[in-house]
Amino acid sequence: MNPAEVDQSLNTLGAPSQPPAREATHGHDDAGNRMFGFIVFLLSESVIFFSFFVGYIVYKTSAPEWLPAGVTGLEIREPAINTVVLVSSSFVIYVAERFLHDKNIWGFRGFWLLTALMGSYFLYGQAVEWRGLSFGLTDGVFGGTFYLLTGFHGLHVLTGVLLQLIMLGRSFLPGNYDKGEFGVAATSLFWHFVDVIWIILFVLIYVWQ
Amino acid sequence: MTNLSVEAIAQIEQPLPGAPDNWKRFFSFSTDHKVIGIQYLVTAFFFFLIGGLLAMVMRGELITPESDLVDRAVYNAMFTMHGTIMLFLWTFPALLGLSNYLVPLMIGAKDMAFPKLNAVAFWMVPVFGFILMASFFVPGGPSQSGWWAYPPVSLQNPTGNLITGQTLWLVAVAISGVASIMGAVNFVTTIARMRAPGMYWFRMPVFVWTVLAAQIIQLVGLPALTAGAIMLLLDITAGTSFFDPAKGGDPVLFQHFFWFYSHPAVYVIILPIFGVFSEIFPVYARKPLFGYKVVAISSLVITGLSAVVWVHHMFASGTPGWMRMLFMATTMLISVPTGIKVFAWVATIWGGKLRLNTPMLFALGGLTMFVFAGVTGIMLAAVPFDIHVNNTYFVVGHFHYVIYGATVMGMYAAIYHWFPKMTGRMYSEGLGKLHFALTFIGTNLNFFPMHPLGLMGMPRRVASYDPEFAFWNVIASLGGFLLGMSTLPFLLNIIGSWVQGEQAPKNPWRAIGLEWLISSPPSAENFEELPIVIAEPYGYGKSEPLVSNPDALEVAHESR
Repeated sequence: MNPAEVDQSLNTLGAPSQPPAREATHGHDDAGNRMFGFIVFLLSESVIFFSFFVGYIVYKTSAPEWLPAGVTGLEIREPAINTVVLVSSSFVIYVAERFLHDKNIWGFRGFWLLTALMGSYFLYGQAVEWRGLSFGLTDGVFGGTFYLLTGFHGLHVLTGVLLQLIMLGRSFLPGNYDKGEFGVAATSLFWHFVDVIWIILFVLIYVWQ
Repeated sequence: MTNLSVEAIAQIEQPLPGAPDNWKRFFSFSTDHKVIGIQYLVTAFFFFLIGGLLAMVMRGELITPESDLVDRAVYNAMFTMHGTIMLFLWTFPALLGLSNYLVPLMIGAKDMAFPKLNAVAFWMVPVFGFILMASFFVPGGPSQSGWWAYPPVSLQNPTGNLITGQTLWLVAVAISGVASIMGAVNFVTTIARMRAPGMYWFRMPVFVWTVLAAQIIQLVGLPALTAGAIMLLLDITAGTSFFDPAKGGDPVLFQHFFWFYSHPAVYVIILPIFGVFSEIFPVYARKPLFGYKVVAISSLVITGLSAVVWVHHMFASGTPGWMRMLFMATTMLISVPTGIKVFAWVATIWGGKLRLNTPMLFALGGLTMFVFAGVTGIMLAAVPFDIHVNNTYFVVGHFHYVIYGATVMGMYAAIYHWFPKMTGRMYSEGLGKLHFALTFIGTNLNFFPMHPLGLMGMPRRVASYDPEFAFWNVIASLGGFLLGMSTLPFLLNIIGSWVQGEQAPKNPWRAIGLEWLISSPPSAENFEELPIVIAEPYGYGKSEPLVSNPDALEVAHESR
């Protein structure tokens, strides 16, 4: 994307369907288009998770053998801590965005890095949990759906952390974020998305046992 | 812009659409939506010929009751590849090409919202086309489980290799899905946010409405298939048991994932064709489209209903009774918005000054066959009838009337109608009419016999059959070969006319629409000045202008 073209993208979010009454000669609202397109993409992406969730519910309610032999259930304490970390990181990233909005670039960097660290902690916690489990990917539909859901979500968290690091790096380009930044807004939105998906996933897998 | 001197014109180095090295841009990573549109169309037509060749070999096998032309396993691979190629490498890309070319012109935009994404999405088509073709050369040959890849058939891996026809098939379909999502995001954003001043929602041509409706289906439905495909791929490669009944999995769940997308996919295909019909009938009947707003909205109604009909493919899959009744009702309900469109087209043609040139003939032929397919569709929606003819040739006949009768005829109608705009040349009317006659006769000869065959009980996807089915199969095979031949006058016409056809004026059909206000072919940036739309579309028989600045649209140095 070309930073020179980037406008305050969040300002255009409110009215995505307004009739395009723009100047007749050339040009259009590039940042607004990108944000609109990104939201459309996220809506579409959410259907994949939705499909996995429906599949999980069907298996859980109809499978002849749900838990593999020797497995009694899932430990909920560590994942609950993980959940708290991930959910609070959504507020931290919001604070970072406000700092950017108020042109406090170091405040933005601090809270942005904190978000990335909390996301990394979540991934670490997920890895620790996976290592301690007594069943694997091929242990029936329970093992399959568990690793599929947590793994697919984990890939999204990893993507989010990588995007955050890229945006952090870009903040050191002089004058880059003077007029707001589509990448920051999109990463933040993506992070909230990953967060909401995790809440549903946590309820389905850990709470509903 | 008309005050540019001749010298100034000569100095401007623009990729002139008529320049001698013009063809090179079709082999480049161009971000011009018009170039990408033609790239899609040509690539898709190439695969259409391959898929058609496979179909002709299959019809050659079926001309005699015995399995004597190809091995049965080869036959299985052929119908699988035929279906996959025709859907993922012909109809989808061809319609994307048409939509790519027309949507920005029709809404008065200079390009799509994301031109680079558009180009990336296109170049994925040759990539996954190559991967799919490569499956002919791996041990065990291509996938043999049909284009729907039902487990447990698709889970079988007798060769034990990791790279089998089935995994390549899944990878190709996955890449196709990624490309389609990119395209859908692009189209929805373009239509929602790139319209010219004054191009309000209810001033958009119906084609744009139908593209919007079709691309929304891609966004909602395709991820469900992606989810199912990921699980199937894990079953095949990583040893999970999602769909393997022997290990506690549920193969019917895959059918749900598959049809939740793949039935609406038929609407992704047919909706833009509805748009083509809605564009073509008013032009050649010289009348405004009957009930424009209702036709436009009915596209979105089809989108909504398409999400709740998929189980009609699974009436014979142990589906509970309440589900059968529910989905029978929703399936029949979808004929209401579709029927509204058909009535609107008939009312548009009714009493019009008809001009029966090639695009109009193809559109009329396509509409006729669509009505026939609609009638058999309603029959199939009824559970008792569907149970009776499930997996017989009746179903094959029905969807080929939709996919070939309506869709391919509609594609041809669109290609002829916009050929002067795309190439700046006129096609040969005589060859076009010959092409129409061969296609119309061939389609009916090929696909009508499948209905009596299905009612008699001939199952689909078989290489040999009882001799009592021979009569209709011979006719169908002759029709199939005729359809193969019918592409020859088309190719001759398109290539010949592109090279040395008569120069096309801006608006050879006296059609009303933004794309007909600019030169043929349009300049790289489409419009010098964005059009300011002041009227509703299809103002035939009225003398109101469509835009307030018709003389400012043309890019001056490129006018002919």
